[in-house]
Amino acid sequence: MGLCEKAEGLFTQPQKHNSKKMKLNLKIWREGGQYKKGQFVNYQLDNVSEHMSFLEMLDVLNEQLIAKKEEPVSFEHDCREGICGTCDMVINGHPHGPNAGTTACQLHMRFFKDGDTVTIEPFRAKAFPVIKDLVVDRSAFDRIIQAGGYISVNTGQAQDGNAIPIEKGTASRSMDAAACIGCGACVAACPNASAMLFVSAKVTHLATLPQGEVEAKRRARNMVKQMDEEGFGFCSNIGACEAECPKEISVENIAILNSEYLSAAFTGGKE
Amino acid sequence: MSWFSNFSNSSIGNKVLVSLTGLFLSLFLVVHLAGNLQLLVDDGGAAFNSYSEVMSSNLLIKIVALGLYAAIIAHAVKGILIYVKNRRARGNIKYAVKTGSNSSWASRNMAFLGSLIFIFIAIHMAQFWFKFKFGYMENHPDLTHYDVVVTGFKQTWIVVFYVLAQIALGYHLLHGFQSAFQTLGVRKGKYTKLIQNIGVVFSIIVPLAFAVIPVLVYMDVYPLGAFTVIPGQPLEASH
Amino acid sequence: MSVKLDSKVPAGPLAEKWTQYRSTMNLVAPNNKRRIDIIVVGTGLAGASAASTLGELGYNVKCFTFHDSPRRAHSIAAQGGINAAKNYQNDGDSVYRLFYDTIKGGDYRSRESNVHRLAEVSRNIIDQAVAQGVPFAREYGGLLANRSFGGVQVSRTFYARGQTGQQLLLGAYQSLSRQISLGSVEMYNRHEMLDLVVVDGKARGIIARNLLTGAIERFAAHAVVIATGGYGNVFYLSTNAMNSNTSAAWRTVRRGALMANPCFTQIHPTCIPVSGDYQSKLTLMSESLRNDGRVWVPKNQEDAKAIREGRKTANEIPEGERDYYLERRYPAFGNLVPRDVASRAAKVACDEGLGVAPTGLAVYLDFAAAIERYGKSRAHSLGLENPDKATITQLGEKVVEEKYGNLFEMYEKITGEDPYKTPMKIYPAVHYTMGGIWVDYNLETNIPGLFALGECNFSDHGANRLGASALMQGLADGYFVLPYTIGQFLSGEIRTPHIEPTLPEFDQAEKDVRDRIDQLINNDGSQSVESFHRRLGKIMWDYCGMSRNAEGLKSARQMIVELRKEFYKDVFVPGSAEDYNPELEKALRVADFFELGEVMVLDALNRNESCGGHFREEYQTPEGEALRDDENYAYVAAWQYTGWDEEPVLHKEELVFENVELKTRSYK
Repeated sequence: MGLCEKAEGLFTQPQKHNSKKMKLNLKIWREGGQYKKGQFVNYQLDNVSEHMSFLEMLDVLNEQLIAKKEEPVSFEHDCREGICGTCDMVINGHPHGPNAGTTACQLHMRFFKDGDTVTIEPFRAKAFPVIKDLVVDRSAFDRIIQAGGYISVNTGQAQDGNAIPIEKGTASRSMDAAACIGCGACVAACPNASAMLFVSAKVTHLATLPQGEVEAKRRARNMVKQMDEEGFGFCSNIGACEAECPKEISVENIAILNSEYLSAAFTGGKE
Repeated sequence: MSWFSNFSNSSIGNKVLVSLTGLFLSLFLVVHLAGNLQLLVDDGGAAFNSYSEVMSSNLLIKIVALGLYAAIIAHAVKGILIYVKNRRARGNIKYAVKTGSNSSWASRNMAFLGSLIFIFIAIHMAQFWFKFKFGYMENHPDLTHYDVVVTGFKQTWIVVFYVLAQIALGYHLLHGFQSAFQTLGVRKGKYTKLIQNIGVVFSIIVPLAFAVIPVLVYMDVYPLGAFTVIPGQPLEASH
Repeated sequence: MSVKLDSKVPAGPLAEKWTQYRSTMNLVAPNNKRRIDIIVVGTGLAGASAASTLGELGYNVKCFTFHDSPRRAHSIAAQGGINAAKNYQNDGDSVYRLFYDTIKGGDYRSRESNVHRLAEVSRNIIDQAVAQGVPFAREYGGLLANRSFGGVQVSRTFYARGQTGQQLLLGAYQSLSRQISLGSVEMYNRHEMLDLVVVDGKARGIIARNLLTGAIERFAAHAVVIATGGYGNVFYLSTNAMNSNTSAAWRTVRRGALMANPCFTQIHPTCIPVSGDYQSKLTLMSESLRNDGRVWVPKNQEDAKAIREGRKTANEIPEGERDYYLERRYPAFGNLVPRDVASRAAKVACDEGLGVAPTGLAVYLDFAAAIERYGKSRAHSLGLENPDKATITQLGEKVVEEKYGNLFEMYEKITGEDPYKTPMKIYPAVHYTMGGIWVDYNLETNIPGLFALGECNFSDHGANRLGASALMQGLADGYFVLPYTIGQFLSGEIRTPHIEPTLPEFDQAEKDVRDRIDQLINNDGSQSVESFHRRLGKIMWDYCGMSRNAEGLKSARQMIVELRKEFYKDVFVPGSAEDYNPELEKALRVADFFELGEVMVLDALNRNESCGGHFREEYQTPEGEALRDDENYAYVAAWQYTGWDEEPVLHKEELVFENVELKTRSYK
């Protein structure tokens, strides 16, 4: 019955230009469902187009699994344009794959070769427990933000947006830090599973701006306290976080957080 | 003082302790190196022995030395505790594919390098400091500190061991130096490059100089003939 | 169920309606607010801003998202900016002008009073966002920077690089997080609303599925607010996030809310074209690119064919052989015509065989002229005399990189082509849905106690939304409208005790949900949910996409009904209902898309005119422009769903224009 075939090629003419097709060996971590304890399972995928995104390649695998009435591989994803921070997987040892400044959803198959073996694992950290297959629980990040990652202003209390001029460079540095998408790749990449890059990006984003400076000390103290309680490791300035960060957030933010925290501890007054 | 216990129990507080002790130990390395260089003075050990004499009798030095022992213990113990804590934070299952391309080897192996250095310090202290402090010199009144050191450095395995230990120290410093400034929140903005560069120079020069000393003593080469310091007298050429 | 559409627009002059109304509306005293529970579903700009503001006011808020964190909502993906009538540029902007541009841009199919209110509060949004720490772009003097967007002749768009949506959402998310930490908002992540519970005619709760455990849970409250976004994913391929869906909103329709103007879909002109059949979603290139990019196709079909077959490249087409069709057809606005106009023009060009991708479906967006212009200007300010072409290009590329660097990078990542060297290829794609749940001036649906905010309501954008206005509307609704207007309803509820989720209505709703899930998970089918979704999307795109006609719409409706039947007969949903199961989530969503899709087609068929994003081939001018019929269709079409194989019932809200004159929209 041709229903499935009919569904293909609906939106476009099949590609005529020389798009390469490749064969991949996938080694994917499965956990939950029939794979109680968690294990790697090998899959072979033919006819992978170089124009596919990495997640579209996994879609194709899942379609094949479903056709065989097997459970598809669970992985999280949403916007598929590198901004929501939902996708989270370690590809060949790199969170979000080997390309710099790229989320897994932006990674395209033209960076792989015919016959490659691709190992896909979940983010590994005690503070990010595995939920199923490649899906992990990153709610610790939410709790860290709740501990102080905001400016305390109620709706309607604001003065005119131009009332406080902010130097262009200052706004830009704040924006560099604010670009963090909260995906957790920094934790996944860090041999210590430290969340310092994430926390420092938020602290820097807000502390750099005059609006956020007011409660900067309190913020640094409370966010670090929550970070410690969540069971993340201690930063030893390895720098893998920066190297793997899909938004290329700088470890300089960590130095800024450290100095904020130190000054909070010694001059921040009573909590 | 609850703010202090909050601070020192926090992740950043812990690391600040490690970085401060680390920087203190780095400073000590410089002082120690300055003393050791006198081994290379071609004066039959006079300079070294007088230095050694001052080091073992001056009260202030003794107090600083206590601080030094404490710093070594604190740096090592905290370092190991943080290492254990960090292993746990990573979880029970390791990545199947390990990659080293996203960070330096030294930064990932500070605990290992530190342990090597700690073993070295233990052997080093047993070899000299223990002998100097606990009776060996009394039993051998004919020997000076200089004699003990030079005799030690005539053994091939000791020299090899010392050189290897300095390589470990070099890598440890290569990451540790700038990491300490990062933890103290200084390594940012325009200081970043400066601290990085000083760190690289420091972690090459200091261990190299330390390693050169036993090698030269082993080869009976004493290149520093120029000046020596005799307490109570102005500097003069010793030729 | 009888339906009465009362827009509850307050009396008085347009510019004073909101101020007067706000000063006279009923309030809930602080001690009573503590006793009132509100459910907010969705944590995008509208949901998060509403939940946090209601929490600040002292209500007990329960907030829901199907994401793992409120910060993932799709508002985060908005790139270009947010409009506000600040007139910081002194270029003649005003509240009235923003109001007028929005009404005109929406092709006169939105409610005057709502749009004017939106323009009024737009100014407060910028202030609020700045205070929250949103790092908007600044000028050297430290003041806020602006840029232009399509369909307007002033610069009123505020932006934070190409990540404005992200930064505004993080601002709202952080406010929400603060309320969570203060205990005024209880957050439920990974919970998907699967039904609305109506008790005695009022919205009193929801049934949600815990996506981690599969548990079906009941939540009761005095009022329910949905802010669950648009339904663009009914087309399968769209710029929406993969998980964006209509289910929460559609379930309220199944409980009696009305679906207004569902056929008004925005097709965004600048998206990266489709590259293959595995494609899962489309990526938008910000409209801000049209500030500097020039849209063109080759003048003759041979050149286009040669490009498609890879025998020629864009750069080999001489200037004289290029057709900058937007500049030619619409000289007044040029490349900055509104989205619907630009999209249709691209479709016309490709239909004429002038498309430039192997699929035939792409046009060029070219930055060469901008690079040269900026390069010359930069060389001039650097004092370079007679700079050579390479220097100019180099300097110009740098300026373009400063302005659009992250967008260019994104394009290169996806396509592997360098847009600095060869023009970008773009094609229209489904982006936003102007239609949505019918609401009155209070943003309340026809079910008392049920409110709809942001993209999921229909209220402000008429038949076409202007760029950078979605963020504005989401935040206006959540920060500055609903928190006041909800008091109108809740002031009558202060004597209502806590709603108990043990009422028989909750039993029934939970049973309905369980039945739907059981039916899907136990179905002995063979086809994947994805394959059905793809086929539905294809029908919608082909017959209810950029251009529509009566014949196509009629057959599309039939096809959708048949596909829906096939879905329930042959869909296969793997896994278990009592577990984390994304396939089951998807199945429930696609099931709702079938029902919505049918109503969209019906609405498009009913509206015998062309306006905004709704282009009926039968109704066009000889030049191919949209032909509106204000005589017969200046109304909101609000559809009441009555069940499978039943005719939905059409309710009309006549649109009254007292302040603007209905004109043929012209951007020429």
